[in-house]
Amino acid sequence: MQQLLSTTLTGLTLGMVYAAFALALVLIWRSTRIVNFAQAPMAMVTTLVALQVIDAGAPYWVGFLVALVSGLVLGAVVERVLVRPVEGKAEINAVILTLGLFIVLHAVAGLVFGNDYQSFPAPFGLSGFRVGDLNVALTGFGIFTIVIVLVVMAALAALFRFTDLGLRMRAAAFNPEVSRLLGVPVGRMLTIGWALAAVVGSLAGLLIAGGSLVYPSYMDSVVVFGFVAAVLGGLDSPVGAVVGGLLLGLALSYVSGYLGAQLVTLASLVILMLVLTLRPGGLFSSASARRV
Amino acid sequence: MSAAVSTDGRETGTALDIRGLTTTYGAVRALDDVSFAVPSGRITAVLGANGAGKTTLLRTISGLVPATSGTVALGSHDLSRTPAERMPGLGLAHVPEGRGVITEMTVEENLRLGGLGRRTGTEPVPLERVFDLFQVLGERRHGVAHQLSGGERQMLVIGRALMASPTVLLLDEPSLGLAPRIVAQILDLLGGLARDEGLTVLLVEQNARSALSVADRGVVLSLGRVVADESAATLAGDDQLRHAYLGF
Ligand SMILES: Nc1ncnc2c1ncn2[C@@H]1O[C@H](COP(=O)(O)OP(=O)(O)OP(=O)(O)O)[C@@H](O)[C@H]1O
Ligand SMILES: [Mg+2]
Repeated sequence: MQQLLSTTLTGLTLGMVYAAFALALVLIWRSTRIVNFAQAPMAMVTTLVALQVIDAGAPYWVGFLVALVSGLVLGAVVERVLVRPVEGKAEINAVILTLGLFIVLHAVAGLVFGNDYQSFPAPFGLSGFRVGDLNVALTGFGIFTIVIVLVVMAALAALFRFTDLGLRMRAAAFNPEVSRLLGVPVGRMLTIGWALAAVVGSLAGLLIAGGSLVYPSYMDSVVVFGFVAAVLGGLDSPVGAVVGGLLLGLALSYVSGYLGAQLVTLASLVILMLVLTLRPGGLFSSASARRV
Repeated sequence: MSAAVSTDGRETGTALDIRGLTTTYGAVRALDDVSFAVPSGRITAVLGANGAGKTTLLRTISGLVPATSGTVALGSHDLSRTPAERMPGLGLAHVPEGRGVITEMTVEENLRLGGLGRRTGTEPVPLERVFDLFQVLGERRHGVAHQLSGGERQMLVIGRALMASPTVLLLDEPSLGLAPRIVAQILDLLGGLARDEGLTVLLVEQNARSALSVADRGVVLSLGRVVADESAATLAGDDQLRHAYLGF
């Protein structure tokens, strides 16, 4: 019972991080049909920038903010400078481009920040609570993780549903040509979309870094998990990404807790294969509705 | 604005002045030195066989494809040097071929989107105005647009274009695949908007007979060239032209 509860809570916390990362992938996929393989190293760079700020004596929250803002800038710059020229060309071009960016960012981070493991602070406690004589695996930082991801998701949902900017961004993603005829500056919407996605990606980077070690490849395994989560939910669906992330977090946590931690990556690949064979559109695919 | 005389003899200005417009797709000359004036507050039908260049003409005017040469004057603006996303702000709305409903969004969201890009300096058009014109849209306002029928989608794209308070409306085959009764309704509505509100309409149609029944003028394209630019009545009465290009 105690183990089930702990495993579930760990799974939920991890799942929230995967959900955020998957959401960032989905935001970009929806608007540009590009799987941004560089999202993990982009988040890594912003986290390392934050660490510089924190190491220089700034409070954690300043570093936190710096990471998100540099994510915003980095996402916009990557779209505007690198992705824009290959938009509308063969999709493989953009894929190779993001893979190239993956390698470049790794190399640059190694040069600028070094390849050493550095510890990243956490703003809240990292030990579990005691409720009566039960040891609950939920940490202060875990609660923070769940809350902040929920808040960010609610904010994004509200942006897309209730604001003019969100309406324009969705239109630009669904039908760029018609959107232009309706006066939507489609290019600018894509830039904003990449910028927002990079902010969400940076948040995932910060949450994974909190209380553990960071180095240029510390986010790389998250690419796999985030991608599996996104595919699980259907690459087109933001809600699917969130649910996919949570399901994956739980599943992997159970695998790790009951079968052994060494099986986690294998399990995630099995899930990926199962989804791709049984429900290629993902659990929440809206593809059939979209192609009318 | 230069003066032109329309069928009914009323003087009217020129809303769009198209001069020497040429558009090429690689080696294909889809528009070849096209010149004509679109009178304001009137319906001008653009007719011609499949592949004549009608869609290309509208796409060039609204900036979706670049003109190789020539100009399109809307007031003091040369549209051939204006990016597509600035057109609605200048008062030009284009309802593209194949309708262009954003099927993933609701009816109301499609309409709101149309209003966001409205002509500079105009007040927002209330949604109710569109719902008055097309009742069914009001009933389905919260429904996703992909659930609409073909005719309802056509109403939606026209309503969405009107949300931008355009002065010039480009319509590409609004009757495609619709029942004759709905086509008649839509053409009727356009006639009313031109007459009562001074809307200028450039109407591309395969169905020459019904288009000429509401239009004031007709321009016939063949292989990218203008072969006739006449009042609608003259065109409809010209047996030779009708047989050669319009097929009725
Ligand atoms: N994107 C394109 N690339 C190359 N050629 C094109 C393209 N679009 C149109 N064309 C060619 O340009 C010519 C004019 O096409 P356009 O679509 O303007 O004709 P249309 O009069 O609208 O025909 P329809 O009545 O069938 O809609 C045709 O010969 C067509 O094959
Ligand atoms: Mg056409």
